Amino acid sequence: MPEWILYLLDFLPDWDWLHVLLVSLIKVVAIFIPLVVAVAYLPYAERKIIGYMQIRIGPNRVGPRGWLQPIADAMKLIFKEIIVPTKSNKYLFILAPILAIGPAFAVWSVIPFTDTLVLADINAGLLFVLAMTSVGVYGIIIAGWASNSKYAFLSSMRAAAQIVSYELAMGFALVTVLMAAGSLNLREIVLAQGGGLTNWYLWPLFPMFMVYFISGVAETNRSPFDVAEGESEIVGGFSIEYSGMTFAVFFLAEYANMILISALTSLMFLGGWMSPFGAVSDVLLLGDGIHWLLLKTSILLFFFLWFRATFPRYRYDQIMRLGWKVFIPLTIIWIVFMGVMMFLTPWGYLFH
Amino acid sequence: MKKAIYAIKSLFLIELWKGLSVTGKHLFQRKITVQYPEEKTPMSFRFRGLHALRRYPNGEERCIACKLCEAVCPALAITIDSEVRDDGSRRTTRYDIDLTKCIYCGFCEEACPVDAIVETRVFEYYGENEGDLYYTKDMLLANGDRMEESIASDRKQDAAYR
Repeated sequence: MPEWILYLLDFLPDWDWLHVLLVSLIKVVAIFIPLVVAVAYLPYAERKIIGYMQIRIGPNRVGPRGWLQPIADAMKLIFKEIIVPTKSNKYLFILAPILAIGPAFAVWSVIPFTDTLVLADINAGLLFVLAMTSVGVYGIIIAGWASNSKYAFLSSMRAAAQIVSYELAMGFALVTVLMAAGSLNLREIVLAQGGGLTNWYLWPLFPMFMVYFISGVAETNRSPFDVAEGESEIVGGFSIEYSGMTFAVFFLAEYANMILISALTSLMFLGGWMSPFGAVSDVLLLGDGIHWLLLKTSILLFFFLWFRATFPRYRYDQIMRLGWKVFIPLTIIWIVFMGVMMFLTPWGYLFH
Repeated sequence: MKKAIYAIKSLFLIELWKGLSVTGKHLFQRKITVQYPEEKTPMSFRFRGLHALRRYPNGEERCIACKLCEAVCPALAITIDSEVRDDGSRRTTRYDIDLTKCIYCGFCEEACPVDAIVETRVFEYYGENEGDLYYTKDMLLANGDRMEESIASDRKQDAAYR
């Protein structure tokens, strides 16, 4: 908390609750604003990167090199009319986008950016993350139901089945992290990976890292698991009937979830804000710090975009097969294997 | 053995990495986008764009109202009325092309015995109101007057292949 903010707070009445409220509010805004900016610029980055991978330039007309494109898009969506279909369920129709974006932003309250920079350092952080990411699917299901459209309904059914399936694999993969770190607290999970590249959970839990990240791609309904959106088969899916700001909110929720999954993956497996050089601390930017978390998150986000530029969409039954017959058995076997290794063999130190 | 190779391949996602490497390479390739209003692609002298009616060097219009173009037009975009002029020559009183019907096949140009109706290289034109793209004889003759130089040079280049 900078000095000047504390100084300003001195002028307020001396009520404890007011100070706690204001300080929390300031912290929330300090996390929320950069997040929204990142969410706004991620689609721009996506269009640029996918464009480059298709040997074209991507948006470059609005502002220098297209930098103002997200702002132009946002203005357009804000001023568009929100059309509510006649036979839709109006309250649920408006509620759905809010339910989609709420959890996507709420999880950020427990994400530790550095050792000290975390809004709510709760002990059950991992459980909170799992709970909140699961709630996100309600937005999509309700959107499909409330739209009263066949395509939207099909899409929400697909999304529900897909997200529930991959949720399991994701949860099991996180259980292995939990076993390795011995804590549900996200901050402590990262601290347990301190001391350089070799101490990251990426290495002992490499298969779980792959499972977690691929499940994360499926969880956010991103290509190649985007059957819920499936613009070429069910023309946009659950967001078919949405326009203007309600559509924009779904869009933001999807990209917020992408950033979230990337940030979580870097926290769980890539050592969060920990420097890969470990011992070399305090030399310029090589020491631990928030920039490492941002860098790792950006690299994982690049993979999200890279996947989208490369892979064709999975068929629906193949998605289910991958989730239920490959990932879930793999994670369960790995949990048993790891448990045996940790408690019955002398090689437990491999998993810390 | 084949099964083992397949299992190893799918376990280590070999094919997927191959795919990623292809797009990864393209990321750094030179981009082939043509920035349209500033840059333009080369254009053939046979390009079929906006129509024009030509005149002879002495100012006389070429069209003799034979109506071959009207007959050959597959989209029925051309409408011609004709009468005998005071000096006894046969001329059009009306020569309209509905550009919203035209499919730019170039048959009218092929059919014309006197090279009167031609298609120019111009493709950047538009209409703001209904009927703006209904070109009358005056407009077509004006097109021809304005672009006679490029029309003549294009025809000259093409003549060798006819």
